[in-house]
Amino acid sequence: MKYVIIGNSAAGIGAVEGIRKIDKQGEIVIITSESHHTYSRPLISYLLQGKTTRTKMRYRPDSFYKDNNCKLLHDTVTKIHANEKRVVLQSKDSVNYDKLLVATGSSAFNPPLFESVSNKHNFITLDDACGLADSLTSESRVLIVGAGLIGLKCAEGILSRVKTVTVADIAERILSAILDESSSEIVQSHLESKGIEFKLACALTPNELSNYDIIVVAAGVRPNIALLEGIADIDKGIIVNTKSETSAKGIYAAGDCTQSVDVSTGESKIMALLPNAYMQGETAGINMAGGNATTEETIPMNAVGLCGLHIITAGNYTGEVSNVGNNRFYCNDTQLNGYILIGDIKQAGVYTNLIRKKRALSDKQEVLKYESKIV
Amino acid sequence: MKRVYINEKWCLGCRLCEYYCAFAEKRHEYNNMALALKDTLISPRIRVEEYGDITFAVNCRRCEEPLCVKSCITGALTADGIDKDRCVSCCTCILACPFGAVSLVDNVIKRCDLCNGEPLCVKACPNNALVFEDRRCV
Repeated sequence: MKYVIIGNSAAGIGAVEGIRKIDKQGEIVIITSESHHTYSRPLISYLLQGKTTRTKMRYRPDSFYKDNNCKLLHDTVTKIHANEKRVVLQSKDSVNYDKLLVATGSSAFNPPLFESVSNKHNFITLDDACGLADSLTSESRVLIVGAGLIGLKCAEGILSRVKTVTVADIAERILSAILDESSSEIVQSHLESKGIEFKLACALTPNELSNYDIIVVAAGVRPNIALLEGIADIDKGIIVNTKSETSAKGIYAAGDCTQSVDVSTGESKIMALLPNAYMQGETAGINMAGGNATTEETIPMNAVGLCGLHIITAGNYTGEVSNVGNNRFYCNDTQLNGYILIGDIKQAGVYTNLIRKKRALSDKQEVLKYESKIV
Repeated sequence: MKRVYINEKWCLGCRLCEYYCAFAEKRHEYNNMALALKDTLISPRIRVEEYGDITFAVNCRRCEEPLCVKSCITGALTADGIDKDRCVSCCTCILACPFGAVSLVDNVIKRCDLCNGEPLCVKACPNNALVFEDRRCV
């Protein structure tokens, strides 16, 4: 059996570990466009901050590929010939497979306004981070476009190295994808107190851009789906089931390039989160090797630290909201739908589990009683 | 693999396990629990939960499919332990653990390490409500 994995990040590594749970012998080839050992993408902001190093941010030990007997190709897949079970590489070589995993991740979305801007960066990959780091000086006035997780982690990462950091967004509030209004306010004032400036509800003009030395475009990401166009079902992302199978036989997909069902709402959506990527990848690997695994109970969930403030969120924000301090719980009569914890994050996973398992509550007060008892 | 099991029927809710867990982290510096914990607020990795008349201790279940490990964004958290040098305290493990058994103390992630095979919480339990056993391979 020959396995080909396109992508060398969390989902791809999960697949290797999944395959090796079942099949110790089969040939595994990982193909990556990047020139690095597998590394944790979310750590690029910690790298700029000096809280990790190029060596420490490796997602798996140096011996990973050898230990798991797999071959790493630094090349780019340009086409998949599903009928011939073959992928074509930029180097014009091609690689045959029996089972294929597409774990191509996502790429930064660059709005047209920034097309002609020369001093701009994205903040997704290690190369992005190194390029940004090289251009920063203590006199830099930096504009970050996008007040989402990527933009704010970038802001935190570079804050102490530059003169000013301004974060702009079209949205009226920060982290609008993972926080509700009142939580956004709390986090925003925390970040302002640390020296980050915000320009919200703001449509940028080319003129304004000239006030800054460096522009970081963090205006969202787009899943890398092109390789499977015309081969498998695609909506916004590549559609996968709980076994990480695409609609094309023998082709699996996992991670940020995919779209799957959020069990907290029943909607099919992209949930580009590292834990989901790893688990979908592991599931794909086990199934590719003939085992039987599923990734059930996938929900949106985030843990993020911003300038010393820990934030954990999960689920969706529907139903009635109750506060315990800064922590917010969204419940309907019998179920916890979502939560936002700010600062006091103890035992968050207990709540995550209630949402994932759709556990029935005898009374919605149960959650609040539990929260106020935690010391 | 052996792990700590709880028999809630026998748990008195005395919380000695919590204190011994806190002591376990300092047992190489102090030979006496009173000295080790004097004037400190303890942050044990085992904690006693109460629900009406029921009390029971909760700590790491050594899950066969550990969500904390699978969710770890750095690769620092494995089934065997935590590589503190690589952990960035992002708390994704806390987000993921269904038992609330991973915690952040002074910005360091903590999870039960079974005291190198001799868990002090089990030794300390006055009513044998905590036991250290292997029940999986039966």
